[in-house]
Amino acid sequence: MTHGWTVSDRLLDAHVPAGDPLGAWDRRRAEYRLVNPANRRHLKVIVVGTGLAGAGAAAALGELGYQVACFTFHDAPRRAHSVAAQGGINAPRARKVDGDSVRRFVTDAVKGGDFRGREADVVRLATESVRVIDHLQAIGAPFAREYGGQLATRSFGGVQVSRTYYTRGQTGQQLQVAASQALLRQVQRGSVRLHTRAEMLDLVVADGRAQGIVTRDLVSGAIGVHTAHAVVLATGGYGSVYFHSTLAVNSNATATWRAHRRGALFGCPSFVQFHPTALPVSSPWQSKTTLMSESLRNDGRIWVPANPGDERAANDIPEAERDYYLERRYPAYGNLTPRDVASRAARAEIVAGRGVGPLRNSVYLDFRDAIARLGRDTIAERYGNLFAMYTDVTGEDPYVEPMRIAPGAHFTMGGLWSDYDQMTSVPGLFVGGEAGSNYHGANRLGANSLLSACVDGWFTLPLSVPNWLAGLVGTPTLEQDAPEALEALETVARRTTHLLENEGTRRPTWFHRRLGEILDEGCGVSRSEAGLRAALEQVRQLGADFWADVRVGGRGDRLNQELERAGRVADFLELAELMVVDALDRTESCGAHFREEFTTELGEALRDDERWVNVSAWETTPVGKHIRHTEPLAFELVPLQVRDYR
Amino acid sequence: MRIELEVWRQDGPRERGRFEAHVVDDATPEMSLLELLDRLNDQLVEGGQEPIQFESDCREGACGACGVTVNDVPHGPVPRTPSCRQHLRSFGAVTRLRIEPLRSAAFPVVRDLVVDRTALDRLIRAGGHVDVMTGTAPDADAVLVTHDDAEVALDFAACIGCGACVAACPNGAAHLFAGAKLAHLALVPHGRLERGRRAVAVVDALEAEFGPCSTYGECVEVCPAGIPLTAVAAVHRERLRSVFRGRAD
Repeated sequence: MTHGWTVSDRLLDAHVPAGDPLGAWDRRRAEYRLVNPANRRHLKVIVVGTGLAGAGAAAALGELGYQVACFTFHDAPRRAHSVAAQGGINAPRARKVDGDSVRRFVTDAVKGGDFRGREADVVRLATESVRVIDHLQAIGAPFAREYGGQLATRSFGGVQVSRTYYTRGQTGQQLQVAASQALLRQVQRGSVRLHTRAEMLDLVVADGRAQGIVTRDLVSGAIGVHTAHAVVLATGGYGSVYFHSTLAVNSNATATWRAHRRGALFGCPSFVQFHPTALPVSSPWQSKTTLMSESLRNDGRIWVPANPGDERAANDIPEAERDYYLERRYPAYGNLTPRDVASRAARAEIVAGRGVGPLRNSVYLDFRDAIARLGRDTIAERYGNLFAMYTDVTGEDPYVEPMRIAPGAHFTMGGLWSDYDQMTSVPGLFVGGEAGSNYHGANRLGANSLLSACVDGWFTLPLSVPNWLAGLVGTPTLEQDAPEALEALETVARRTTHLLENEGTRRPTWFHRRLGEILDEGCGVSRSEAGLRAALEQVRQLGADFWADVRVGGRGDRLNQELERAGRVADFLELAELMVVDALDRTESCGAHFREEFTTELGEALRDDERWVNVSAWETTPVGKHIRHTEPLAFELVPLQVRDYR
Repeated sequence: MRIELEVWRQDGPRERGRFEAHVVDDATPEMSLLELLDRLNDQLVEGGQEPIQFESDCREGACGACGVTVNDVPHGPVPRTPSCRQHLRSFGAVTRLRIEPLRSAAFPVVRDLVVDRTALDRLIRAGGHVDVMTGTAPDADAVLVTHDDAEVALDFAACIGCGACVAACPNGAAHLFAGAKLAHLALVPHGRLERGRRAVAVVDALEAEFGPCSTYGECVEVCPAGIPLTAVAAVHRERLRSVFRGRAD
């Protein structure tokens, strides 16, 4: 027992196929059990979420003939947050002669993730990526094309080949629109039943397996049970736990956290990526941090004034008094160091008092030299839309004065733990996309997020879920009034009533903002034991304060966004505690998890491969105690090595 | 800065709505329109009232969830910009804002500023998709698409599905939305194979759910995705083409 959590000696088996890792997925697919087409219509699957993973899984399973019920809290499937991804989707299709290959992709992703992701799953990602591009282009995504008619690609951070497929700066939007219209095609065919404005608030577990969910209809307020033979959660990441993040304002962890509280282990919750080129928080009412594509770092130079507290305008600071700290510290990669390294370096400058802007919480991203070298027109052609967006948000002109950027909470590598078949530790409960935790280790490479969501949704879950369903042919779904279903229903109803009736004084958003401040300070870009201990104390206190002092008001039988938010913040508070515990527990620095005590002499992240080549998979007991289980990781294709971007 | 607001409050689809007057004294130029509503909601809750319900999600202009009418203009005074990217500093001398839902018979009010836009998804359901079984697509590099076709398809595919075009239209037509989808899918290789039957299905649904188009062009003025008016022409072109050809493709 240390600081209120325990470590079990249970080692988790991820059911990775034995033998040659490159052929593992082919072998596993050949072993999967199948379901006779006539039996499929008697088997029911619930899919929660309509982003790239959820829409893909629901459409593909519906197409195969299973009875699919798909849920989203949005008014339309297209709104899911996959829509906001800008840069692109990676695929080692390896047609060009730049040396790309499945193996090269695996090396990049495993190394980029600092050896804390599961190699075998990354191989599957690489293998299926080829078909993902084919499929998405066929269902309507207009990928950028060369003049010869072939697909165009571009380069992305942490990689030396060009394997990123894109549609302008709106790749996520185009893939999401294509996926959601494919889903609506199945709705029209009658193979998928779509429930919009329906939020999952609990998981029903009976006979040791997931058999349904509890949802609240956000318009009528009705709370109901839906039962099925399998449940797929594709509900996204939890970066919005930091309040200010690049995520959508409604993105939340409720579905995954409720599943966790019903027994699904949570993998590496403290692994959170901070995007180095987000816009800084500049006013108390700002609701999020807008993301600027990291492609800007191709031509922009990042700097801060050499002297702390320099009050001069950026353009008045002479060259000799500017510190291009990334170029100085990482001469090999310069401004293109990976996201975690760039974010950490920015934070170090800000903490040292060299931050810029009214709140001194940002660094400069300067295009002066690029404009002088290439001309304003070239820069406008490359980044015109991003510059316009920047001007739109800040009112400043980046052609004239440098942009101001700051690290912003972005992608969560952590998520529900699952085995190689995407099944969580609760049998029958599957996970896809950012809600899971298999691929990206401690740091995700750009353009691998859309890929993992698409591979899970279209090409993994439609095979692995039927493998589970094959064992349930002839078994009825759980009765709606089974004791386990009623218990979950009552739990949700009780919680909802409590939130509505609590006579507190503060809005849920107040607690969310405060939680964000605590996490930013104690469990953000950089973590220390003292900071984490303080954060743990503060998060626990805030959690207690929330239930005593939250005020929701209004009624439960109609649209009540305050109530929706309150439930999500309550779950964020519990999740935040586990994030801090995980960060305290993992006594090493790896990828985005940077512990100040564990650094090299030069201040770079120092992994501990003796102790920590593993995934921490957390259990939370009904009374809220945390227990860590461990999945050991093995790397057969990519030998363990130190990341060095100097 | 001081902003005077009149905001539409309506308890439910069948309840009568009304405008409520409010003042925000500490608005700042960098606030977005939606952050102004966030601020107002804080004030309302402090005063013991229920916050105004309004929709938004990504707050970057990609998801299409937001959309309110400001001084009679869908999304707000800055042309072709979604509500989430309308900033007070761009409003000039305007400090009195009348905020109401996107108005259209096809978009019933759910509550306050939230409307039900599922009519748009029913158009997509009817035929705004491509009939390809998962995993059966041919090599995307072997299917050649000209650079220009891909770019023009993207111009139409950029639609974010916010529904402002419908709210701006005096007739409540959704031709810009429907045309953007028809034009987009007519320009991608697999979409072309069912171009005729898609046109029939989508136009039938369009006529059943929305008003007729008189080519006023109001839709284009508010479209945050910059969908061109040629999308409207695409509705008629695709429909006529399918009638004359009488084939599924």
